[in-house]
Amino acid sequence: MSTIESTNAAAPSGEVRYLQPIAIDTNNKKKYCRFKKYGIKHIDHKDPEFLLRFLNEQGKILPRRLTGTSLKYQRKLSQAVKRARHLGLMPYVADNLK
Amino acid sequence: MNQYETVFILNPVLSDDQVRETVDKFTGLLKGTGAEIINVEKWGLKKLAYLIDKKKSGFYQLVEFKAPATAIAPMEVEMRRDERVMRFLTVRLDKHGVEYAAKRRSKVANK
Repeated sequence: MSTIESTNAAAPSGEVRYLQPIAIDTNNKKKYCRFKKYGIKHIDHKDPEFLLRFLNEQGKILPRRLTGTSLKYQRKLSQAVKRARHLGLMPYVADNLK
Repeated sequence: MNQYETVFILNPVLSDDQVRETVDKFTGLLKGTGAEIINVEKWGLKKLAYLIDKKKSGFYQLVEFKAPATAIAPMEVEMRRDERVMRFLTVRLDKHGVEYAAKRRSKVANK
C-alpha cells in the first residue's frame, strides 16, 4: 500500500487528511571525480573527443555540481578546454555539439 | 631544460612543400637556440571548429621539444611575424604532462 492509502487508512474518517509529499529520491547515485577514480593525472588539450564529454550542447563547460569532478581537476579541465578552443579544435559556441 | 609542446596551424592555401619548409624553418630555429626536438607530428589538413581569419581548415603541426626557457620568446616572435602561421600555442609540460606525452608517443608509434 503506498504511503497515501496508509495515512488515509490510519486516520479516523471525517478528519481532513493533508497529502504528505511522497519521499521520492531522484537518483542517489554517488557522484565521483572520474579523474581521481581512474587516476588520470594530465588532461590533454589536444584530443577533443575526451573533452566533449564535459561540455553541454552549446559547447559550455559543465559545472562541478553536475559532473562531480574535484576542484583541482575542474581547473585543469577548464584550462584544457580553453586551450582546445584557442586551437580551433573545439568551438566557443555551438548549437548541436553532441 | 624544460619540456614544451607547440601546436601551430598553417594556412590551408599553402602547398605541401611550403608547409614542410615552414616546419623546417621553426625546427631549425629551435635547434639554433639549443633546443632538443623530441617529436614532430603532422596532423595534416583538419577542419577548424570556427573560422580563423576567414579560413575553414588548416594544416595542424605538433612539435615536442626540450629547450631552455629563453628559447621560447624568440620563437613566438618569429611565429607572430610569419603570416603563414595562423595560430600557435606553446605549452610547458609538467611532470604529468611529460609522462602523458611519452605514453601518447609510444601509442602513436606502434599504431
